[in-house]
Amino acid sequence: MNYTFDFSPVLAAWPTLLEGVIGTLRMSSLSMVFGLSLGIVFMLMRLSNQKVLRIIAIGYIELIRNTPILVQVFFVFFGMPAIGIRLSGEQAAILAMTLNCAAYAAEIVRGGVQSIRPGQIEAGRALGMHTADIYRFIVFRPAIRAVYPALCSQFILMMLNSSLVSSVSAEELTYFAQTLDSQTFRSFEIYLTLGVIYLVLSQFFSAALSMIGRVYFSYPAK
Amino acid sequence: MSEIAKSEKAIDMIGVNKWYGSLQVLKGINLNVARGEHIVLCGPSGSGKSTLIRCINHLEEIQEGTIFVNGTQLSQSGANADHIRRDVGMVFQQFNLFPHLTVLENCMLAQRRVRKVSVAEAREKAMRHLERVHIAEQALKYPAQLSGGQQQRVAIARALCMDPKIMLFDEPTSALDPEMVKEVLDTMISLADDGITMICVTHEMGFARAVAHRVIFMDRGEIIESAEPAAFFGNPSHERTRAFLSQILDH
Ligand SMILES: Nc1ncnc2c1ncn2[C@@H]1O[C@H](COP(=O)(O)OP(=O)(O)OP(=O)(O)O)[C@@H](O)[C@H]1O
Ligand SMILES: [Mg+2]
Repeated sequence: MNYTFDFSPVLAAWPTLLEGVIGTLRMSSLSMVFGLSLGIVFMLMRLSNQKVLRIIAIGYIELIRNTPILVQVFFVFFGMPAIGIRLSGEQAAILAMTLNCAAYAAEIVRGGVQSIRPGQIEAGRALGMHTADIYRFIVFRPAIRAVYPALCSQFILMMLNSSLVSSVSAEELTYFAQTLDSQTFRSFEIYLTLGVIYLVLSQFFSAALSMIGRVYFSYPAK
Repeated sequence: MSEIAKSEKAIDMIGVNKWYGSLQVLKGINLNVARGEHIVLCGPSGSGKSTLIRCINHLEEIQEGTIFVNGTQLSQSGANADHIRRDVGMVFQQFNLFPHLTVLENCMLAQRRVRKVSVAEAREKAMRHLERVHIAEQALKYPAQLSGGQQQRVAIARALCMDPKIMLFDEPTSALDPEMVKEVLDTMISLADDGITMICVTHEMGFARAVAHRVIFMDRGEIIESAEPAAFFGNPSHERTRAFLSQILDH
């Protein structure tokens, strides 16, 4: 083995890598927010007493959870133009990750909602509150709190999975790393550095999410 | 004990039957509660006491019979349940306070969402009722930071904030440590003195003697006996009532 390690081209490319980090943060954060929101909609459909809504939600959740995320990304970017929906790499990436995240979030949040004691809902009903208000003001916060750690790992997993969207030229971290690789051929150094950056990013996400959790769920538990 | 106006009905249950699957849990319930009347409901576990009072605010559906609350008939589908619930407060065995809201917020939420009153008005009324149950100084704490007795008094205040004409209590002291039972019963006695209509499921016979106009004994889904406390305890007419009383008064 007579390969000489040289990190200087990687270090010299730091502005590009930084742009990639920002791209990854942007796409992941947006997909988290949209994915959680859409996930809650699917969760409500899943728990609804309308059979049609339940079937649609279950079908969707099963479809997403039993197909590879890369196929979902390809479908959105390469497949959807056939039905007239043409998206940029980044738009396709955010849409695909949102759709993916929603299915997982729906199941996680459902677990949280089902952990709420029926007495909580009955107390709301006895006070004359409507179902929508009961979910919004009584069930939601304790339900999310109950599954918050699971939700956070799902979010971090999605941030890591976002490296896949480089394959549709969404300009995130892995995309720039690949570009750099093709220019410098310093694959070892580039992908080692890339791994370290992802490690730091996931630590960052983890810390940020747990801080949000500490603020939003600051009330004392039973 | 406050006087009651016999002519006006707060609750009228006529021929109420209810089943869970094939199990009939309410059998031909006829119950008439006058405005301002205080009823204590007792009976063995599983006799249908909770089910009966939960039908009054439509937390449970009935399959047969009619229920009037303040002259309004409760529709079978529950379409007017929200309307009925505006006049009926309920206190649960397990308190059911909202853990993520402070004591004050617990008392304000439904005022804001159902009565649509302003924040200032909701807070003012919440504080008034918290003072009334002697817990105003805990207003900014969370339920988990309070003792069981304090939580139950908050639950009573929360219900009172909706200006109910009728209060339903489902074993409000059963989940409490013995030393906290009295503070909750005292709160309920003071409510009774103010003349609110009250149905209370409890085995606290001292409370029954102090405030009840009528004590009702249920067994296996039926109302077996209904009498004034003196007659109920002194001279129950049914064998099952006697057996039940000897059991609970023994300890
Ligand atoms: N959701 C339900 N599904 C099926 N059966 C039920 C349900 N709720 C109550 N029951 C049954 O209905 C009967 C009456 O129950 P209920 O809770 O009204 O009794 P209770 O007199 O309040 O008893 P306790 O003193 O234990 O609270 C019992 O046999 C109980 O097992
Ligand atoms: Mg009961």
